[in-house]
Amino acid sequence: MSVLVYIEDRKGTLPKQSLEIASYSAHLAKMQGTDVAALVMGKVENDELNKLSKFGITSILKSDDDRIYSSNPQLLSVVISQAIDKTNAKTIVFAHNGTGKAVAPRLSAKLKAGLATAVVGLPDSMNPFSVYKKVFTGKAFASLEIYTEIKILTLSPNTHEIVEINTNLNIEKFNPEIPENLQNIKVLETSAAGEELLLSEADIVVSGGRGMKGPENWSLIEDLANEMGAATACSRPVSDEGWRDHSEHVGQTGKVIAPNLYIAAGISGAIQHIGGVNSSKCIVAINKDEDAPIFETADYGIVGDVMKVFPELLKAYKEFKSS
Amino acid sequence: MNILVCISSVPDTTTKIRFSKDNSTLETTDIQWIINPWDELALTRALELKDSGACELVSIVNVGNSATEPVIRKALAIGADAAIRINAEALDAISVANQIAAVIKVESYDLILTGIESSDYNGSSVGGMLAEIFNIPSISGVSSIDIQADEIICDREIEGGKEKVSVTGPVVAIVQKGIAKEPRIPSMRGIMQARTKLLNVIDGMDFSADTGFVGYKLPELKGACKMIKEENVAELFDLLHNEAKII
Repeated sequence: MSVLVYIEDRKGTLPKQSLEIASYSAHLAKMQGTDVAALVMGKVENDELNKLSKFGITSILKSDDDRIYSSNPQLLSVVISQAIDKTNAKTIVFAHNGTGKAVAPRLSAKLKAGLATAVVGLPDSMNPFSVYKKVFTGKAFASLEIYTEIKILTLSPNTHEIVEINTNLNIEKFNPEIPENLQNIKVLETSAAGEELLLSEADIVVSGGRGMKGPENWSLIEDLANEMGAATACSRPVSDEGWRDHSEHVGQTGKVIAPNLYIAAGISGAIQHIGGVNSSKCIVAINKDEDAPIFETADYGIVGDVMKVFPELLKAYKEFKSS
Repeated sequence: MNILVCISSVPDTTTKIRFSKDNSTLETTDIQWIINPWDELALTRALELKDSGACELVSIVNVGNSATEPVIRKALAIGADAAIRINAEALDAISVANQIAAVIKVESYDLILTGIESSDYNGSSVGGMLAEIFNIPSISGVSSIDIQADEIICDREIEGGKEKVSVTGPVVAIVQKGIAKEPRIPSMRGIMQARTKLLNVIDGMDFSADTGFVGYKLPELKGACKMIKEENVAELFDLLHNEAKII
């Protein structure tokens, strides 16, 4: 009854999210008294894969077949179900990211395996099996019981502390059968991922709202973010106005994030915005209106004009770093 | 080309979420129900495609009891041509997908749209499950859709980038923000017409759930916000370092 974790690479390296779900799966397997195997598709060198031995993974099934691509969840679910058969896995773990959201539901329907998405921790009960997940877009959590023998989970990013446990790792080549008739999605072009920090994985996020007054002022946000090694984000009006791309919108209808530190500049803090950020460990708000609702959720607040405060913050952070 | 949009009825996004005293159920007394925001954007894009002549008919489907009808009428008022309500409780994602698959004839549609998640239980599941039950392709994280002859062209967001793909229907496209700029608002004429449009109610079948909620909790309440004077912003980093131990 082992655990199988689906590990993705980004240009041949394993991102933090993959290490997080590896560590989570190892912990889960320990609770169940079983082993954890990882399934890896893509061109990842064994040296990189060996990193997984530090996070409790004992075996890896590896396939770099070019016909498997993550844009096609129908094909991917066929391939993953073969790995489940091979490992006799009863719990399958994905990251709650684009691939996890696309594939896990298909696999759930295919295998008649109950699915819990946007999970935020280890099971709170093993028998019956239940896990907490995000509901109402960050406004609440719910304990979800899975009734079926095979269980599928997608883990929200930044919710499990990565713990190192050294294990012996065995890497095995995996050659799934790939049905030709499922190669039905044509990829026309890819504007590939850069090296930039992903909003969903960033430890620190600097975010701007309507109080920034216009896209021309975003260098204030970007300068502080660069200095702090942070990702940038924005509130809904900002992406609706086209000041920033939709991919930066955090809040109820955008991305729900959980960084260690969220810095909100010129964001009033509508309930929809708070839902997207209230899992952050620490929130700092800068707003000229002392009655802005963001201060009810923030840990630290500065009442002031962001245009004036931000250059001071940048200066102060540089001094802090050099001290 | 015909489009089906799956519509979920959810609490208004401004709702303050509360649960019963024993945290076992959602308090629904003061809740206003709306079309799930992503489903509303999907419907808007479907109607834009109809306006451009790329599609003939836009239908909607919902699984729910009669309480969801105001939301269905709103979708008709926005411009959907016909609606089906499958009269059943939405127990969990797989039960909803099974109810839809039992009623809908997949060959009647070229494109089935679902929102990337619902803003109530955030399952992100029904679209993929429906595609698997129908054994048709699915494209997830879709931020734009165009139709060229019988090809459906989608942009999808991938980790840190974008991808353009094409597929021929029937296909399930699971859409996110960006798919339409603003949700369409019903016109007075639309509201009048919605009253006479076909709302077909079909009894659901007896599908069981694979999962069920056993309890809820609200996020832990935050302590008071510590205010820092504008003249002394450097204090912030001291506090983040020494008190919050975040940096």
